[in-house]
Amino acid sequence: MNRKRKSYIASMRGLMIVSTVITVALVLFILIYVFVKGVPNITWELLSTKPSYSAERIGILPDILNTLYILLATLIIVLPLGVGAAIYLTEYAKNKKIVSIIEYAAETLSGIPSIIYGLVGMLLFSNNFGTSLLAGSLTLVIMNLPTVMRTTQESLKTVPQSYREGAFGLGAGKWRVIRTVVLPGCVDGVITGCILSAGRIIGESAALLFTAGFAHAIHGILTGLSSPGATLTVALYVYAKEEGEFGVAFAIAAILMILMLLINLSATLVGKYFAKRRKV
Amino acid sequence: MKKKKLFENIIHGIFLILGTITVGFVLVITIYLIVSGIPAIAQIGLFNFLFGQEWASTAAEPKFGILPFILSSVYGMAGAILIGVPIGFFTAVFLSKVANKKVRAAVGVAVDLLAGIPSVVYGLVGMLVLVPGIRILFKLPDGASLLAAIIVLAVMILPNIIKMSMTALDAVPKEYEDGSLALGATATETYFRVSVPAAKSGIAAAVVLGVGRAIGETMAVIMVAGNVANMPTLFGSVRFLTTAVASEMSYSSPGSLQRNALFSIALVLFLFIMLINATLNFLLKRDKEK
Repeated sequence: MNRKRKSYIASMRGLMIVSTVITVALVLFILIYVFVKGVPNITWELLSTKPSYSAERIGILPDILNTLYILLATLIIVLPLGVGAAIYLTEYAKNKKIVSIIEYAAETLSGIPSIIYGLVGMLLFSNNFGTSLLAGSLTLVIMNLPTVMRTTQESLKTVPQSYREGAFGLGAGKWRVIRTVVLPGCVDGVITGCILSAGRIIGESAALLFTAGFAHAIHGILTGLSSPGATLTVALYVYAKEEGEFGVAFAIAAILMILMLLINLSATLVGKYFAKRRKV
Repeated sequence: MKKKKLFENIIHGIFLILGTITVGFVLVITIYLIVSGIPAIAQIGLFNFLFGQEWASTAAEPKFGILPFILSSVYGMAGAILIGVPIGFFTAVFLSKVANKKVRAAVGVAVDLLAGIPSVVYGLVGMLVLVPGIRILFKLPDGASLLAAIIVLAVMILPNIIKMSMTALDAVPKEYEDGSLALGATATETYFRVSVPAAKSGIAAAVVLGVGRAIGETMAVIMVAGNVANMPTLFGSVRFLTTAVASEMSYSSPGSLQRNALFSIALVLFLFIMLINATLNFLLKRDKEK
């Protein structure tokens, strides 16, 4: 082997290893840095109270609740829409052009940056019924629709055509086939879609700044949805950028990282579980 | 029988509406942005708006030139691509072709985590590590700069580039590689001279996806870039298209020229993104057809 060839191989191998090491080192650094700075600041008082100027304390309970409310409201609205759209695409749509238009629209939606969603959400929702968690949720519904649609579509494709034909052959109508054969087959897609969307919803901030607002008050879910409130990510931004409360910001960051780890773990486990079940 | 048919038709109608709702959303977003973005452009003048070098929205004699934002966004994106793509590309080749199953799974977990970290957390770490680091290293009065934004963006687009390139590389038919190996090429040569060219559409799509993410990122940039409406310099404080919208939206009053100009900035950003989406779609389609 000549020298030029040898050095080419060596440099390519070197670049691959260096790049992979950089990637892993970055993840480890961010993870460890956030945990070291954040975990000591996570106290029971922080988790269980709301901020109070007179007591000079910061509590993030309202932000935790707001995140939870937005998560629930968004998923409840986006699931029927996304699953319905996926069913239309795989079961009803016969015109290839319509299918490709819808898929193009979904891809466009998933490429639009969150700040633009924030603006449109403000114009569409907040300007009509006020800055509120519900306005934030509705904005996130549009953002997450393509995700739920795509994962459901993928799982519907794995339902064997023969199942549908069998049901039709027994005299079932289209709706009955969908209800009894198709829908049970897309459970894994729906669950995966939920997990992925949950990750995006919990991590989103730019789309919520002008739709859900910054308030830190404790509400029940119904009053909560109709009043403004900051989620954990928005609270992190405000504490770090506007108030210089880095301890609290890192505590929130650590909580967010733990949530993301859990979400990734459950996505992997769910994927493995359904892959195994499908094989049997 | 007739009743059953009617029922089926109603169900069909419901699903049709659900199916086309995505198209509806895209139309609504497009129309809203155009309708709210055009008035300010008309008032300022398209040329003055796009190529004006000064942005002073609250001055006595306000100026609305967004060239600094456009250039900052483009430079920031280009810098992030310049740093992020090589690292992501080589990592993807390593994971897809060289690494054994265990290493692939372990690094895969790390890459997934990198993709899942919220942008405010990137911003926070950038604010407290990168910004002071740049200030000390380059002896600047303030480290919040275009360079800080570039580095944060490079890290943020890394997982997208790695994952999408891996998908393309994994899909290269084994026969191609076997043929190359049988002709006497070493494994490494095969990966870079056979597998990579075969996956080039997918890898190009990964780069375009990275471009889209870098142009669209807001929160991480607003936290590390200093947010002053300067013409971009590597060590200067800059404002991107995205952060220009975010930073003035909360205090601009509805109906004012200032707020309308923010919508016009969003429209420009939207046009950029649509262009990137169309490119991405074209590349992916070409990949599928092959």
